[in-house]
Order: sequence, then structure tokens, then C-alpha cells
Amino acid sequence: MDARLGLRNTKSILFKAVIIFFAFVITIPLIIVLLYIIKQGVMQVNWHFLTHIPAPEGETGGGIANALVGSVIIVAMSSIVAIPVGMLAGIYLSENPGTRLAYWSGLCVDILQGVPSIVVGIVVYFWIVKPIGFSAVSGSIALAIMMLPIVIRSTEQTLLLLPPSLKEAALSLGVPYHRVILKVIVPCGFAGILSGIILSIARIIGETAPLLFTALGSNLFSTNITKPMESLPHLIFTYATSPYDDQHDLAWGASFILLMFVLLLNIFTKLITRKWNIQL
Amino acid sequence: MLFNAFSFLLSAFSSDTHRYMTVKNKRLDLSYSQMKWETIFRRILITMSVIMLLIVIGVLITLIVQSMPSIKTLGIGYLWGKVWDPVNNIYGAWPFLIGTLLTSFTALIISIPFSYAIAIYLGEYNPKGWLSNLLKNTIELIAAVPSIIYGFWALFVLVPIVRNFEMKIHVAPYGVGIFSASLVLAVMIIPYAASLGTSLIRMVPSPLKEGAYALGATRFEVIRSVILPYTRSGLFAGILLSLGRALGETMAVTVLIGNTSTIAPKFLDLFFGPGNTMASVIANEFAEADHTLYLSALIELGLVLFFVTVIINLIGKRIITRYSK
Repeated sequence: MDARLGLRNTKSILFKAVIIFFAFVITIPLIIVLLYIIKQGVMQVNWHFLTHIPAPEGETGGGIANALVGSVIIVAMSSIVAIPVGMLAGIYLSENPGTRLAYWSGLCVDILQGVPSIVVGIVVYFWIVKPIGFSAVSGSIALAIMMLPIVIRSTEQTLLLLPPSLKEAALSLGVPYHRVILKVIVPCGFAGILSGIILSIARIIGETAPLLFTALGSNLFSTNITKPMESLPHLIFTYATSPYDDQHDLAWGASFILLMFVLLLNIFTKLITRKWNIQL
Repeated sequence: MLFNAFSFLLSAFSSDTHRYMTVKNKRLDLSYSQMKWETIFRRILITMSVIMLLIVIGVLITLIVQSMPSIKTLGIGYLWGKVWDPVNNIYGAWPFLIGTLLTSFTALIISIPFSYAIAIYLGEYNPKGWLSNLLKNTIELIAAVPSIIYGFWALFVLVPIVRNFEMKIHVAPYGVGIFSASLVLAVMIIPYAASLGTSLIRMVPSPLKEGAYALGATRFEVIRSVILPYTRSGLFAGILLSLGRALGETMAVTVLIGNTSTIAPKFLDLFFGPGNTMASVIANEFAEADHTLYLSALIELGLVLFFVTVIINLIGKRIITRYSK
């Protein structure tokens, strides 16, 4: 009896040890990747790197100014499209649960969330690139489609958490519906919506696949949104697979910058959710 | 005198009604305009959610229409055609199906112990406190790092290691290939199953666990015979979501897989050698597809990928919603 109990206890302790081992061992690859990128990238980053365009193949020096500006422009444009649409659709979903439109629309959000990014790239190629050519706009549309589901879901989840008494109180004072939503409900859930938006920006800023056949990328500095434009992830992709060491160095630097962007955005989201105590 | 008084009264009354009327009209106008805005606002909300429907239907129609030439010419046999040779106009998707399934399922099998361990640790052993928060944030960070960065890192660090390993076990030392891609993919998909599993394990009612403890069960026995059976379908849903991610993951795989559209006859060569997945062949060849059939064969791959990921995701989501009710 005693021996059996001991066996069972040992088994339990062993199991716990195995679980802890597996749970923590997976942080090792992440730490290795982060440290390696930081080690390789931090040497590259200086003022020259941030303000110059890439040097021609085989030459040393150059920077990633075109990709940096391009990424900012493309992500800004997709945010301008996706944030209002996403918020309004999210408001609809949270305000009208159970209607037929809400059901199908929610299903579509789920579908869109699972669509591989490369498929979005193909589709936007036929929607926008075929008629008007490779351009930053088409890249932004592709990223906006990737961004929408996250914004919608976070808006919906946040608004569903708000107590219904808030809305009822405002409505009983005779406040019109749109003002109730825009002046009472949305400000109350603002922190949650904001963290969803930031999270979605962090997601799309590193997306490469939708940009491959839309924004295309270019070696020149360009702010013309109807022309191909370079972006950080695309620059990393092209230079990572090139045979020149100088281009690898550029890609390491770009990876470092991109990683810092993503980390900062994630930490920012964490701070917001902690401060306002939101469950996402 | 009487008339005067009467007219005075009348005028007073009329002016009063007049004033009253104008005020009322202003109020009416205001509420009319508000009502108008209310309707407009409601319509905007409806339009926005209809847009979501339109996007998905548009995606589906575009994919189907654009892959029509290949569906018509190549038929269903396209999916198990073993040769992909665009130069001679021979198209078969079998190498990519094999490549996709092999990378995804290898990655999934590698990732399952880790995601289960994380879910059990964060859900049961250590649900609160700084250590569990730290681990949780680290796991979320794994999902946040862009996939191209994983690909780039693995190309320069992991691939040489894999090459050494391949030399030791006497297979052709390519380095890049299905095995390397699966390793990176495994790390990338862990967070999806892990975070879902964590929240599900936390939802197991404590009376169930307490009952088991009261009967003298050890912690391991509670986990094995109470928690895991209770959360089985939810954990399965988490794995499905991970699988959906793995199937559609493009950039890291494209960088690492080596891009060969032939199938090696021996399994070891296939597993450690270069290959191609559906997503990676699209990423690599879409821009250079110069004739209609080539292009639409690639898009048909996209269509297959779309259907498969959508079905997997919807089943996963369906299990989760049924679970949370």
C-alpha cells in the first residue's frame, strides 16, 4: 500500500517536472532568435543606415530609408481603411447579436482570419494590381484585409463586456442612438479597441506574403503611392535570399528595426490592457 | 371696450401660439435630423458588416474564376499529377500537396507536447503570479515575431546545424528542406494551441477537481483523468487552429524549403531534402507565371489552400463555441 502510494506520488512529481521542462524549453528558441537578431542588427543601425537607400548590388554601405518610409506609408494607409470599417462592423456585431446578418458576417470574419496571407495577396493582385498596376495602394488594401478581422473581433469583444446599463441609461435620457454609440459606448471601450488596433498593426507590419505581388518593392526612394514601394519585410525577404553579404547586413539591420517595432507595439498593448484591465 | 379687450386677448393668444409653434418646430426639426442621422448610422453599420460578406464572397469568386482555365483543362487529376513542369506545360499538384502535408504534420507533431505542456502548466500548475505571466507573455511574443524573421534567422543559423546533422545520418546534406521548415514551423504554431488550451484548462470547474482530490487522486491523476478528458475536444480545436496556421504559413517556409518541385522516391530523401509547399510555390512562381494555364494552376493551389484552411478553422471555431456554452 505504502509502496504504491510512493509510486503514484513519484509519478505525479515526475509528470510535473516533464511539464515544466517542456513549457519552459520552448522559450529558448525565441530567446536565441531575438538575441541573434539584436546582435547582428544593432551593429548595422546608425544614422546613415536609416537615411540612405540600399547601395547597388556588390557595393558596401547604404541603408533602408526607402523600406522604412514605405512600410510606414503602407501600414498607415491600411489603418486608415481598416480601422473605421473594422470598428463599425465590430459595433454592428456587438449591437445586433443573433440577427442573420450578424451570424453570416461573423462567420466571414472567422473565415477571413484563417485565410492564408498569400491567398489575400493573389486576390488583391486581381482586384487592384490588374487594373492599375503594382502600387503601394494595392499593398495597403491587402494588409487592410488582413487587419480587419482583428479590429472587428477586438471591438466586438470589448463592447460585449460593457454593462448594458450604460447604454440603457443614455438611451433613457433621450440621446439618439448614434450618439449613444459614438459618445458613450465607444469611449468606454476605447482602451480595448485601441489595444486591438495596435495588435493588428503589429501583426500586419511584418506581413510579407500579401506584399509580394502587390506593393512589389523597389530599390528607389518613393513616396508615390501609385507606384511600387519597398517595405521592411519585403526588403528582408529579397536580401535574405540574395548572395551578397552586404545585402545580408542590410537585411539584419532591417530585421532588427522590424523586430523593435513589433516588440514595442506588443509591449504597448500589454501596458494598455494592464492599465484598463482588459481581457483580450 | 369689450371688443378691445377681446382683440387684445386674441392677439395675446395668437402670439403665444405662434411662439409656441416655432419652438415646437425647432424641436421637431432637431429630432427629425437626429432621427435621420440615426437611420444613416444604422445603415452605415449594416453596410460595414455587409462589406465583410462581400470581401469573403469576392475572394471565393475571384479564386474560382481565375482558376477556371486550369480546372477545365487539367480536371481533377491535377491534384494527383506527379509532375510539375511549367516549361513543357505539364502541371500536377501532388509534390506540393505532399510537401504541405509533410511540413504541417511534422510541425504539428513536434509542437503538440510543447503546447500541451504550456497549457497544463499555465492552466493548472501555475495559473497566477509573475512567473506564469512572464511565460504567457513570452509565448505570445513567439506569435508576434514576423515569420520572415524566423525564416531569415533559420536560413543562417538553423540550416548549417541541420546540414551537419544530415551529414551524420548520411542523407544528402542540403540543409534547407522540409525538415528545417517543419522545425521552424513547429515553434511558430505553438502559441495558438497553447493559449487556447490554457484558457480552456482554467475553465474546468473546480468541484470536479476537488472531488478527485478528495478521493485521494494525485495531481497527475487529476490531470489525466479529470482535466484532460474534460478539455479534450477544446484542446483538439486548438490543434486544428495550429494546423490551419501551419498549412497557410508562407514566408518562413518559402525561405527554408529549398523550392524543388520534384518528389524524391525515398522517404528519407523526401523528408530531409528540399521540397515545396502550396504556399511557397505560389510565392515563388506567381510573379514569373507567363501564360494563362500556368497562372491559373497556381491560383487553383490557392483555392485548395483557401478551402482547406477555411474548413479547418471553421471546425475549430465550432468546437470552441460549443465548448464555451
